[in-house]
Amino acid sequence: MTQAATTVASQKEPRRTRKKNQYRKYAPLLIMMIPGLLYLLINNYLPMAGIVIAFKKINFAKGIFNSDWTGLDNFTYLFKTTDAFIITRNTILYNVVFIVIGTILSLACAILLNEIRQKRLLKGYQAIITLPHLISMVIVSYLVYALLSADTGFINKTVLPWLGIDEGIMWYSEAKYWPFILTLVHFWKSVGYSSIVFFAALLGIDEEYYEAAKLDGASRLKQIWHITLPLLAPVITMLTLLSVGRIFYSDFGLFYQVPLNSGALFETTATIDTYVFRGLTGTGDIGMSTAAGVYQSIVGFVLVILANYTVRRVSKDNALF
Amino acid sequence: MRNDSRGLTWFSHIAMFLFAAFCLIPFVLLISASFTNQSAIVANGYSFLPSEFSTDAYRYLFDRGSDIARAYGVTVWITVAGTLIGLSMTALLAYPLSRSETPHRNPIMFFVFFTMLFNGGLVPTYLVYTQFFELKNTIWALIVPGLLMNGFYVMLMRTFFQSLPKALIESAQLDGAGEYRTLWSIVLPLSTPVIATIGLFLTIMYWNDWQNGMIYITNPELFSIQNLLNRIMQDVQFISTNLSSNAGSAMEQMPTDSVKMAIAVIGVLPILLAYPFFQKYFIKGIMIGAVKG
Repeated sequence: MTQAATTVASQKEPRRTRKKNQYRKYAPLLIMMIPGLLYLLINNYLPMAGIVIAFKKINFAKGIFNSDWTGLDNFTYLFKTTDAFIITRNTILYNVVFIVIGTILSLACAILLNEIRQKRLLKGYQAIITLPHLISMVIVSYLVYALLSADTGFINKTVLPWLGIDEGIMWYSEAKYWPFILTLVHFWKSVGYSSIVFFAALLGIDEEYYEAAKLDGASRLKQIWHITLPLLAPVITMLTLLSVGRIFYSDFGLFYQVPLNSGALFETTATIDTYVFRGLTGTGDIGMSTAAGVYQSIVGFVLVILANYTVRRVSKDNALF
Repeated sequence: MRNDSRGLTWFSHIAMFLFAAFCLIPFVLLISASFTNQSAIVANGYSFLPSEFSTDAYRYLFDRGSDIARAYGVTVWITVAGTLIGLSMTALLAYPLSRSETPHRNPIMFFVFFTMLFNGGLVPTYLVYTQFFELKNTIWALIVPGLLMNGFYVMLMRTFFQSLPKALIESAQLDGAGEYRTLWSIVLPLSTPVIATIGLFLTIMYWNDWQNGMIYITNPELFSIQNLLNRIMQDVQFISTNLSSNAGSAMEQMPTDSVKMAIAVIGVLPILLAYPFFQKYFIKGIMIGAVKG
């Protein structure tokens, strides 16, 4: 009886007070979110507004936000230099190589891991090949230095003499070697990690497919070709498209730390991210580097949206949004 | 019973063994180099077995180790503080987003999600943190910018919270538990896998971070171990002026090349030692993260 009465009362309540009650009831939930939302506001949204500085002539005396407007000057200067071409080309080419060869290597690695039946060995291999992913790029730059240093490096002092080459190579000032070096370092660091991603997908394949194929007399290689790969195709497509969406971004540490920020290597090691950073730390032009940053944000955003749109068309479940 | 092909199995073992060796070899070179006598390095370069064994580099670092000890302290402090604050903020934001009753849930979700798609870039971020908040050369500069919380972890945790049975939350609230109580005593204890994963990733991120230090810190007293390493690599002079009491003459005596490698060993050692204990969670974490992302 009382229950019925309260229901009637609550229905009679004007809408606004009901809404107010709802706020009161769920206020703790709203308050809880404040620190996180505030952080996103400061860390992510305020800098988005800061993009306007790309359209200003930066004058530290006047203060950054009071500097004069210059319209698109920063962009015009940027695209007049060859820098814009070099950094765009490097960023995209490295990413293309990383995506294509990286996917093949990680996939091969995952398939091989799947052939290993001894649990302990499998765990051991997994642990070792993911280890490089855990190491900071600063440490990686030391590892590479131990190999490539001109006077004391392992390659110049040991490997080249073995091959009968007596003259050492000045690795840190010869730009032409770096596409190979950086690609190798990237794979060293990332193939094990991404193979685990594929391996996780492999574990999801029903063993019955293989049993059936075996009854039909398919060899293990045939099974991989006709069962494993087709069933992994959606995961491969999705991961590839998502990396295509990030093709305008590069691993800053790889391109900045590993070549030891050597100016002689600009031609083959500079990417948009390192260019922006150099502008900020004063070895480049801040106006142009801000413009480069905005150029990256906007093209990157468009690419993410396009990539996601494509993923959605392939398989709705795998889309990011 | 399994339908294996012997040849393929052997091939897998050989290939994985070689790949694992490829992953480990640079570390062997690093450790060996740090134990090599300076004059042997000058003569023969770095090698996989110390041509002349010596612990000079470590002794040198131990004698003048106050900078290293301080850098370690900075790294440990930012890692602990950053991980704890970051985890709390992530959970506090993810929990209301997992509840359908939360008012304005969808716009807030979009607010979080959009940060994963678009960002202002490095220069505006730098200006926000230096002009508005004056974080430059404070310990907070190593903790706050960029690392503390991100949309992806919030989404990951929210998805996990949503998978918990709703009835648990409802019954807790019937028993009079408020939202904080529900989160703390019901939801979090059931979410240890996702908390461990995100906590581990945050820990690794803070331990390895050198970018914030390079951008916001110029005072050597606030260098983390990564920044110290970074500075030493870029500038050998830094060792002689900052790591030794008597600069100048120190350069000749100090085993420069092996000291470089020894500092790197000290920087990476904690991770190498702790890895066997957490690798299980690390690999599981990669798998969880792979589901969406």
